[in-house]
Amino acid sequence: MTGPYLLPAHLDPARPRHQSAFTVEVDGRRVVARAGQTVAAVLMSLGLTSWRETGGRRRRRGLFCGIGVCSECVLVVNGTPDVRACLRPVEAGDVISTRGPGEAP
Amino acid sequence: MSVVVVGAGPAGMTAALHAARAGADVLLIDSSNSLGGQFHQAPPQEFGVAEPQRIRREQRSFASLEEKIHAHPRIRCASGSVRGLDGHTVHVRSGSDGRESFRADALVLATGAHDRVLPFPGWELPGVFTAGAAQALAKGQRIAVGSRVLVAGAGPLLLPVTESLLEVGADVVAVLDAGSPTAWLRRAPTLAGQWDKLAGFAGYLRRLVGNTQFRTRAGVVEAVGDARVREAVVAKLDARWRPVPGTRRRVAVDAICVAHGLLPRLELAQAAGCDIEDGFVRVDRVQRSSVPWVFAAGETTGIAGARAAAAEGAVAGLAAAVQVRATTWSEVEKPARRAMLVVRCGRRFGRAMASATRIGEDWNEWLTPQTLVCRCEEVPYQALRDGASAERDARSLNLSCRVGLGPCQGRMCGRNASELAENLLRTPAADTPG
Repeated sequence: MTGPYLLPAHLDPARPRHQSAFTVEVDGRRVVARAGQTVAAVLMSLGLTSWRETGGRRRRRGLFCGIGVCSECVLVVNGTPDVRACLRPVEAGDVISTRGPGEAP
Repeated sequence: MSVVVVGAGPAGMTAALHAARAGADVLLIDSSNSLGGQFHQAPPQEFGVAEPQRIRREQRSFASLEEKIHAHPRIRCASGSVRGLDGHTVHVRSGSDGRESFRADALVLATGAHDRVLPFPGWELPGVFTAGAAQALAKGQRIAVGSRVLVAGAGPLLLPVTESLLEVGADVVAVLDAGSPTAWLRRAPTLAGQWDKLAGFAGYLRRLVGNTQFRTRAGVVEAVGDARVREAVVAKLDARWRPVPGTRRRVAVDAICVAHGLLPRLELAQAAGCDIEDGFVRVDRVQRSSVPWVFAAGETTGIAGARAAAAEGAVAGLAAAVQVRATTWSEVEKPARRAMLVVRCGRRFGRAMASATRIGEDWNEWLTPQTLVCRCEEVPYQALRDGASAERDARSLNLSCRVGLGPCQGRMCGRNASELAENLLRTPAADTPG
């Protein structure tokens, strides 16, 4: 296995008992998310490392600082651009788009 | 009579509680939904973690402080990012489009610090993270940034980051600290005054032995990959952090976590007009900045660890309560002076640590002309070199190349870029005869 992953709850020594799970949409695909997860964590639990292209050289970018400082991980949530995926807690029914306007799928 | 505290880490939490106990109305704001900051990081409440002490540092003292804050009738907690200051009005953005403004008769800035990452070829590839990101994701979200991870950079923070990665099941192929162990030994007399911290480091090292290899005077000098990182190039570094020729080696990884020390988060202090000295908010003995109603505590005033940060928070909270006339100095002098003793000890430790973990002068030697200096605006090192002949000072050189003008506003690259620019502006003069 390569890339980021979510530690499965049954292997976690801190023993999480997630209160609720729901679905969100990532680029049109329905994905299960858990309450309290950030948008970045949902994407990384799918194994994604990047979800944006730079404006200039069209290079892939994803999360870098993880604490809301660098703005590398911004994406579109429910039509709102420039949402920092590392800070935004995911909500039931969120529509997450890893492509900016005009970007090819 | 209201005190606004920004940042709910050890400094901000302590400041809020002390100010409220002294009689002030307190608003405690943090960009996260939960208290604790980076130091006390743990999953959010919704994860229903049965044993938070397995994740959170100092769980017991945190839980007691958190309970007191939530139970206090004069403390209100809010989550959101502070977008700006307008006189005594603090503008906060919360959620996706919520905006609120609050009146602050006194402001306590406890905004903490973030990782400093020196640029290297390929550092903009997906899969390269700050060490703090790896730790926040592991502790706060139970996400491992990769399954074969290299940890590199400088300073004692690399060890807890490594431990967090191991806890979420990642394989840490190596921990490379560019610093030298002798620098630590030279500072031993001062560092020895802080046995609890040294014992903490020793504990990390002991737990990491057998799970990863730890090397000093070594670092990552390149990340290789296409759409994401596949390999790290590591090398031995000399005392000035120049890569030692002939020691480059490729390591297969799917993530690289890097930090070369910490930078304080100063945007709000600067917006408030506080004097900055040697990169930190200048404060007096009661943590007051050059702006009389603005106080600063924790890593915004110097990097000295969580205990010193909490002590500074206590002093700042009490002084802020006096500032808003909720109490008088004579009422709070005794506890304030007790906390000031801890602050002084912490500062001494912080200074020793800073000099033991100083960044090597010649790190620019691992850059190539294509290495991005500014990630947001994708400015390569070559652009700085080309511009150097036409500009006289570092600031205008960086501005002319658009360094620091992107969304991060220079928070990630500013310090690095100004060091590089100063270096470039010095070099031609030295090289040109006559």
